[in-house]
Amino acid sequence: MSSAAATAEYPKKHYLNATQGILSWLLTKDHKRIAILYLVSVSAFFMLGGLMAMLVRLELLTPAGDLLGPDSYNRAFTMHGVLMVFFFLLPVVPAILGNFVLPIMIGAKDLAFPKINLLSWYLYMAGGSFTLYAMAQGGVDTGWTFYAPFSTTYSNSYVMATAIGVFINGFSSILTGLNFIVTVHRMRAPGMTWFRLPLFIWANYATSLVMILGTPVVAIAIALIGLERVVGLGIFDPARGGDPVLFQHLFWFYSHPAVYIMVLPAMGVISELMATFSRKSVFGYRLVAFSSIAIAVLGFLVWGHHMFVSGQSVYTSVVFSVLTMLVAIPSAIKVFNWSTTMYEGSVSYDTPMLYALGFLGLFTIGGLTGVMLATLGFDIHVHDTYFVVAHFHYVMVGGTVMAYLGGLHYWWPKMFGRMYPVFWSKISAMLVFVGFNLTFFPQFIVGYLGMPRRYWQYPDEFQIWNVLSTAGASVLGVGFLLPSFYLLWSLKYGKVAGPNPWGAVGLEWTTPSPPPTENFESIPVVEGGPYDYATGEKIFVLKGKEAHVV
Amino acid sequence: MSDVAHPGLAHHFESYEQQRQSASLGMWVFLAQEIMFFGGMFLAYMVYRSRYPLAFIAGSHHLDIGLGAFNTAVLIGSSLTMALGVRAAQLGRRKAVVLFLILTLILGSIFLVVKYFEYSEKWDHHLIPGKHFHFEGEGKFAEVPQGPMQIFFSLYFAMTGFHALHMIVGVILILYMLRPAWQGKYTPENHNYVEGFGLYWHFVDIVWIFLFPLLYLIGRH
Amino acid sequence: MSGIPFFPYQASTVAGQVDALYFVWLAVSAVFSLLIAGMIVYFMVRFKRKSEDEHGREVHGNLMLEIAWSGIPLVICLAMFFWGTKVFFDVSRPPADAVEYFVTGKQWMWKIQHPSGAKEINDLHVPVGVPVKLTMTSEDVIHSFFLPSFRIKQDVLPGRYTSLWFEATRPGKYHIFCAEYCGAEHSRMGGSVYVMPKEEYEAWLSGGLAGKPPVVAGQELFSTMACSTCHMAGPASRGPELHGLFGSDVQLASGRTIKVDDAYLRESILTPTAKVVAGFEPLMPTYQGQLTEEQLNSLIAYIKSLPKLEGAAGQQAVAAPPATGGEG
Repeated sequence: MSSAAATAEYPKKHYLNATQGILSWLLTKDHKRIAILYLVSVSAFFMLGGLMAMLVRLELLTPAGDLLGPDSYNRAFTMHGVLMVFFFLLPVVPAILGNFVLPIMIGAKDLAFPKINLLSWYLYMAGGSFTLYAMAQGGVDTGWTFYAPFSTTYSNSYVMATAIGVFINGFSSILTGLNFIVTVHRMRAPGMTWFRLPLFIWANYATSLVMILGTPVVAIAIALIGLERVVGLGIFDPARGGDPVLFQHLFWFYSHPAVYIMVLPAMGVISELMATFSRKSVFGYRLVAFSSIAIAVLGFLVWGHHMFVSGQSVYTSVVFSVLTMLVAIPSAIKVFNWSTTMYEGSVSYDTPMLYALGFLGLFTIGGLTGVMLATLGFDIHVHDTYFVVAHFHYVMVGGTVMAYLGGLHYWWPKMFGRMYPVFWSKISAMLVFVGFNLTFFPQFIVGYLGMPRRYWQYPDEFQIWNVLSTAGASVLGVGFLLPSFYLLWSLKYGKVAGPNPWGAVGLEWTTPSPPPTENFESIPVVEGGPYDYATGEKIFVLKGKEAHVV
Repeated sequence: MSDVAHPGLAHHFESYEQQRQSASLGMWVFLAQEIMFFGGMFLAYMVYRSRYPLAFIAGSHHLDIGLGAFNTAVLIGSSLTMALGVRAAQLGRRKAVVLFLILTLILGSIFLVVKYFEYSEKWDHHLIPGKHFHFEGEGKFAEVPQGPMQIFFSLYFAMTGFHALHMIVGVILILYMLRPAWQGKYTPENHNYVEGFGLYWHFVDIVWIFLFPLLYLIGRH
Repeated sequence: MSGIPFFPYQASTVAGQVDALYFVWLAVSAVFSLLIAGMIVYFMVRFKRKSEDEHGREVHGNLMLEIAWSGIPLVICLAMFFWGTKVFFDVSRPPADAVEYFVTGKQWMWKIQHPSGAKEINDLHVPVGVPVKLTMTSEDVIHSFFLPSFRIKQDVLPGRYTSLWFEATRPGKYHIFCAEYCGAEHSRMGGSVYVMPKEEYEAWLSGGLAGKPPVVAGQELFSTMACSTCHMAGPASRGPELHGLFGSDVQLASGRTIKVDDAYLRESILTPTAKVVAGFEPLMPTYQGQLTEEQLNSLIAYIKSLPKLEGAAGQQAVAAPPATGGEG
């Protein structure tokens, strides 16, 4: 932390106390307050999804199905998937961190459509309510993938309520993406050219493209599943000549790019963290920026790699295999560029940086196992096994969640103006890293051994790896719970952070913490690139007043 | 940055021009999303039409080409009145805006009423997919299997249904716009809303322009 | 099984190939992971912040380096792609002499029929060293037939056929799993594949497992369902001649030419009007819902067994089904 923090004063008037009362929150149009609304609700869904994960892991401690019945188990892992994918991973970085810092980072007073932003949150809550309703009624047992004809004809669970929940939530995502795209195009401060945009903005822009073009396809696919269940349409019904594999195509056309909705903004966070905590510009800024767009575009062309054993044509699989290999390249570029950003830098070991470094390690493993899975001959053995489960948790948890926690610890002092206890935050980062590896590394091995996913009981010889995994999950659980205690504690008792506790450049650090309702006293004029640490001179001019940086 | 505050300027924009451009870009992005939404169904249509060509011809022959053509004409007409409405808003002609919005509203409603009659005819002939579905083919369609026929009608209802849903939303939005229009809120400086809605209405029309030949005109050269 | 297991048994001809892919990938991954981890740790230590107001020296990028770390992974990925695809083709293409078994998945069991007609549930006995092809379909939802020790897997779909082949190399008992989630008892939908020496397999077969060979069952069905009234009625047949039909090319009424395979025969029985052969009227009624998957399979097996008739063209053939289904 820089010395600036020592003398800092907590501002008197800011977005948190600008207006009072519960309604001033529920009807707010301030992007920062909406971010806080998301923070609260997304965290709640994360806890619920985590609880489901614990149930699943506990059941798998022993080979026999003893803790839960098969139906309860199937509902537990389905709810885990639905809650985590649709109500945690998709919104977590864009809707919380993006909502809060995106307008500030580009020097805008708010997103382009504040009312639509609030509507997004309400849609998210409405979708969440339907899903919770389904859960309270007894849950849903189709897996988060809703494959037909199981979901349409055979499942006796609350598929419809869940499908409505996911459908509505999709529009929350679409509207967030729409807001971000328009904001980045139209709301940039004077002098904020495209190549002066922080990489977090590039990443969120790329994400928004995927949200806009992918989400409606899964919305219609899931709507058709719902209509098939309730009204009796027969578009995916094999008994009437319909094709269940068509549903898989429509589903994965979105749900693969959805992975990039989850991981691209996370990558954006990592770019910011690596620059700030190395006090240096990101190595190869343009390549990193373009690789985000490349990932978003290529991400639309690889969905078929989820279907190598689905019965699609052999040649289709070959095409999807090679395209998937190609999408690995921009990801590899990013990892190398982030690592070399530290070269000749001034590297600190602050908590957000620990998360960022953890991300680099885990995402590398997630990415490498990803290209392994793209290899056709290899995939047919490990497809639908725990190898795949381990892979996507390395990408989703090791990638997205690590980056989110890093970003949250990075921007927390900006959001609330106070610092959390450094010691506990580092302990928690360590627990998450260790617990994560202990949970998911054994799953690679048990997956290669042949343990299929979504198994409620399994042959005895797989037990040793499942025991390790469950042990890891409990460490991971503690690592995830800790922040909720010390972060809440910091709201009241934390040290006052000051406008720029990290000595970072970037527009968000030129405004007070917490920022005023309209973010800046006056709209800034940008005169330099996003990571100009080396010059050490003025970078932003706040109408007459110079913002001193570093 | 404009020095004189524009009456319709929202607090977070620097100028009305910026606000106008944002609204228009937002609408286009929204329409891109809509294209993908309908795109999923068009893809399903493509897959099944190539798989069951005979069923699609049989189903298409059952649809009422007269009503379909009538509705197409109605919608094209409504697009014209909508465009005139947007033009009137740009010129700030209050009464013309109201008039054209009402005309669009009427034409949109006519479309929906005709659609209702088409749907109820399907109901009477047991053409609603599900347990009671039964398609009575004549002549060369006598032997078309029921399964693929159900798929044709499933697609018919899904596609025209979601289209009709968009029409209903459009009609509600017009009702919502009538009051401000009557009060003269839409002026040459402030007509984002009418313009954005116009884009939406044209999009919904264009979807129908694709649906009509794809569903009603198969095999009727 | 004793000790801590790391790898499943290698019990088929492709298992070694898949494992080789795995090991090479593991090595590549280890190299890259260690490279990145080493780089990170080194930079962390070497460039540790020394004072609060220190900042980094500006290094904006290095084109050669960036080309190198885009290019090298690309080359490795493409090489692995070609190798993986070769293995994939080996796994997806059964040899011509493979013995065909029929597998039906239903919630939550596997029903398996041997070429001899022997039937099993959840177990599969196969001889060692003989290529075996499984033709699979499902009666309800999507399942997936997974033999980890053979390193193969294929989804099993309702309403169509998929196939899987293997040649077992090592006698023993191995897992069969269902790998595609299919409902409550998904994790119990499995059993064992027993790989046996040939003689033992023959002995096991003769152990009195009931069942007619599919070809024989199909022939009986063919006559009880009166298929022959249209399909083997001599020159005036209302339906196409079936002798020698399988594997041949036929021209459809739509003008398209199609190769006759399992999927086409299945479709033509269930929805006969979908692809009518040129020169015939779409008269045949549908048999959808009137045949079980096993019966359907038997019929197809019988049609496949009908040899091409010598001499006269197919259309003038005498309607005489072969004496027994054995010589198909």
